[in-house]
Amino acid sequence: MRRAICIGLLALFAAAARAAPDDLDELLHLLATRRQGHADFVEQHFLALLRRPVESSGELLYDAPDRLEKRTLEPRPESLMLVGDVLSIRRGGHRRVLDLKSHPQILPFVESIRATLAGDREALERNFRVEYAGDLGRWTLLLVPRESQVAASVAQMRIDGSREHLRHVEIRLRDGDRSLMTLRDHLGP
Amino acid sequence: MSARRAGVIAVWLTCVALAALVVARARYVTDLSAFLPAMPTPMQRLLVDQLREGPASRVILIALEDGDADIRARISVAMARRLRLERAFTGIGNGEPVTADRDREFLFQHRYLLSETVTAARFSAAGLKGAIADTIAGLASSEGLMLKSLVPHDPTGEMLQIIDQMSRVARPVAQGGVWVSADGGRTLMVAQSAAPGSDTDAQELALEEIRRAFAAESEAAAPQSRQVRMNLSGPPVFAVAARAKIQRAAVRLSIASSALIVALLLAVYRSPLALTLGLLPVATGALTGIAAVALWFGAVHGVTLGFGITLIGESVDYSIYFFTQAAAGALSSVSPRSWRQRRWPIVRLGMLASVCGFASLLPSGFPGLAQLGAYSIGGLIAAAAVTRFVLPELLPGDFAIRDITPWGSRLERRLLPLRRLRPAALWGMALAIAGVAVLLLYQHRDALWNRELSGLSPISLSDQRYDAKLRADLGQASALDLVVVSGPDLESVLRGAERASRALEPLIDEKVIGGFDSPAAYLPSLATQAARRASLPERSVLRDSLAQATAGLAIRGEQLAPFLEDVDSARSGALITPEDLRGTSLAAGFGALILRQRDRWNALLPLHAARADAPDIELARVRQALGGDGSTDAQLLNLKSESDALYTSYLHEAIRLSLAGLAAIVALLWFSLRSPARAASVLAPLILAVLCVAAVLSAGGRQLTILHLVGMLLIVAVGSNYALFFDSPQHEDGNGALTLASLSIANLSTVIGFGLLSFSGVPVLEDLGMTVAPGALLALLFAAVLTPRRAAGEPPDARQ
Repeated sequence: MRRAICIGLLALFAAAARAAPDDLDELLHLLATRRQGHADFVEQHFLALLRRPVESSGELLYDAPDRLEKRTLEPRPESLMLVGDVLSIRRGGHRRVLDLKSHPQILPFVESIRATLAGDREALERNFRVEYAGDLGRWTLLLVPRESQVAASVAQMRIDGSREHLRHVEIRLRDGDRSLMTLRDHLGP
Repeated sequence: MSARRAGVIAVWLTCVALAALVVARARYVTDLSAFLPAMPTPMQRLLVDQLREGPASRVILIALEDGDADIRARISVAMARRLRLERAFTGIGNGEPVTADRDREFLFQHRYLLSETVTAARFSAAGLKGAIADTIAGLASSEGLMLKSLVPHDPTGEMLQIIDQMSRVARPVAQGGVWVSADGGRTLMVAQSAAPGSDTDAQELALEEIRRAFAAESEAAAPQSRQVRMNLSGPPVFAVAARAKIQRAAVRLSIASSALIVALLLAVYRSPLALTLGLLPVATGALTGIAAVALWFGAVHGVTLGFGITLIGESVDYSIYFFTQAAAGALSSVSPRSWRQRRWPIVRLGMLASVCGFASLLPSGFPGLAQLGAYSIGGLIAAAAVTRFVLPELLPGDFAIRDITPWGSRLERRLLPLRRLRPAALWGMALAIAGVAVLLLYQHRDALWNRELSGLSPISLSDQRYDAKLRADLGQASALDLVVVSGPDLESVLRGAERASRALEPLIDEKVIGGFDSPAAYLPSLATQAARRASLPERSVLRDSLAQATAGLAIRGEQLAPFLEDVDSARSGALITPEDLRGTSLAAGFGALILRQRDRWNALLPLHAARADAPDIELARVRQALGGDGSTDAQLLNLKSESDALYTSYLHEAIRLSLAGLAAIVALLWFSLRSPARAASVLAPLILAVLCVAAVLSAGGRQLTILHLVGMLLIVAVGSNYALFFDSPQHEDGNGALTLASLSIANLSTVIGFGLLSFSGVPVLEDLGMTVAPGALLALLFAAVLTPRRAAGEPPDARQ
């Protein structure tokens, strides 16, 4: 009995080890089938500089394959829009356009979410070492930046969710500060 | 007789030697000061200095086209790296944040002197609270994680404020790390040459550097395929191209026209000696002309030399008259001596008429034109004098050239059918032609004159359009509009620029302008810096205020110790001077916006259009904003309209002066011929020829420029000789055929010389050529047909 359990567990582990890449592909495939997404978000920054976390909220809009907009409504309206390699930032009356290739330090913050939403494994693995855990019902992606300049400040990013819905995006910095974004999908057509 | 000959030749040689000495020692200038009025207003001087040395004159636009966008980006980066090492350039922009680290360091270090929000109120407890609350809101934003390292030093966000200040002006679109056009099809770079735009040699070397860098880097980036092409544009490119084009055209044309005229004269004279002697008046004239300009004006403009050489063409005619009429006539009834008696007065009168015409240019405020006048007067008088006094002394006793009378007779027979017409019919025809010409001119009266300086530009319209397209892509479309603040020193113009900035600021919100650059954005005036520094509180005061301010906020006050430190050192720090900018990209930006003219400083604030697709700025509103502020030292300068206005004023003046010259010629002929009718019959063919040429040019869609006007003056100058010869009583030598033949040869040489100019591809030369060549031909034809022949013994004006 005990041996049977051991064998069973071993088999299970072996299956899990073999299945992991396929499961990531399965997840990414599932995500890729979504052509658009619309979620409310609440983002909290936990900083040593501050006595208590600061919070912002707004909505996140995604259009396949490469358009991602983060529209912050509180406490100060701003909009970040990523289309292709161009990031437009709109705040107050000012609009700033950044080219991601010349600002590699921003790339992982935005590409982590967009590549996940797009199910773009190639883009994910170009920027991060990717670890997948869990199953489609409750999965976690652990992303460790590859680019040294980014890795110097960002320790890791963790994205978790359930099937094609993202739940949390957490960024941990090397100095211990972190941010946590919680997402709630709009249910719609 | 022999002593007289020696004396004449000695005097001539002495004059030539003196002139040569003056010419050799004269100062020659090739810059745009030929276009600067003799008594410029400060604005006009600034305009010309702007065109010569201003930042706009030094900008080379580089466009990489075709091929793969990534390969273009790689080439752009590699070229920029290579060119930044060259001394020929003060700046290379391609969108890369190259000096960003050093810039950031500089801006951060001097943030309390540079930020516009630094005031005493901001550093009170309440002010700090507001600013820090803002910063905390920023920390909550998406950029919060990136900003947080700044906060302990800069909790009030001055650094972000400075970045906002610096990015008020639209930047080009970047893709793949480098600038590209709006449609992404073109990769763009901007090079600023170290040498001023007026130094064409240096500009040529700079362009060579760029071409070499492109050749090497495009080869390295994509050795297998060379699809990427490079195009250059901008004032230095135009200046170099224009000079090369004019030089090429001038060399080609002078060789071609010299060869043709020499061939013509050899064919006519059949005497190399006559040919050589015939060039003496021309050479003496050219030398004297330059000497006259050098003595009168102090310096000789390149423009004068260029055109003067062509204008002197009239002096070839003198020797042609002399040889064909005197020497050929030796076979018949005319000797050099009788030529002197009978023909010289006619040539002299023609020469004086030309001098009257060109003298009208002397008072012109346009130095180029005034010099042209002085040159022509000096040259014509010298050439005529050499023909009259020196040539006869140089002729050997057995000198002879071919008799051209038979040729003249054949020509006369050709003209016979026309000459048989009754005078009334002839003059009726002439009036009809004049009427049609006037009608045509009247129809085109609104667009008759080209009032834009670009009408003289050797740059093709398609090149100008391409340039405009690149500028629009780079967000520089309206760099032609500048606000200028002038003053005796740097500090005063920076203060003026700050006042002007405050006046211009509201116009951005009103969408009148898209933005503006200001040297004060890079380096505020010392007064402003000192005021900002003085508004920083003492350490103990700041600590108390900070404690009060952070009491209710999320921020931990004890984390802000570096802030107290930095403010304290800023309080005792030195103010920023231009030297401090060295090593940052701000130095080039600042340098480009400050123009120093001897004891005068100018701050330039280029305006940017509100929308790239509508590059015209409502200048009246800008002017109003500047005036309303009370800052009268700020002036609005539109380079294009200002230079067009200057050119238009030259044009108007030239038209007025030419009419005065015409009046002087009328008076001269009236007085010399002692008959208004004869004067009229001499002038009529010339005026008819000018009207016809002007009408045909206008009808053909050409707008007339100042060079066309000079050409018309030349038609009158050259043509007056023709008309005067036909007017002279026939009995004096009894050989109308000889006269006609010699005039035809002179005319042919003029038509050849100027006709070739019209194929030069250089607008200014073309304008001149296509006016004078047909005009001279028509003047001869009209004069031959219309001038009443006076028979022997007939009273001068019996025919009318």
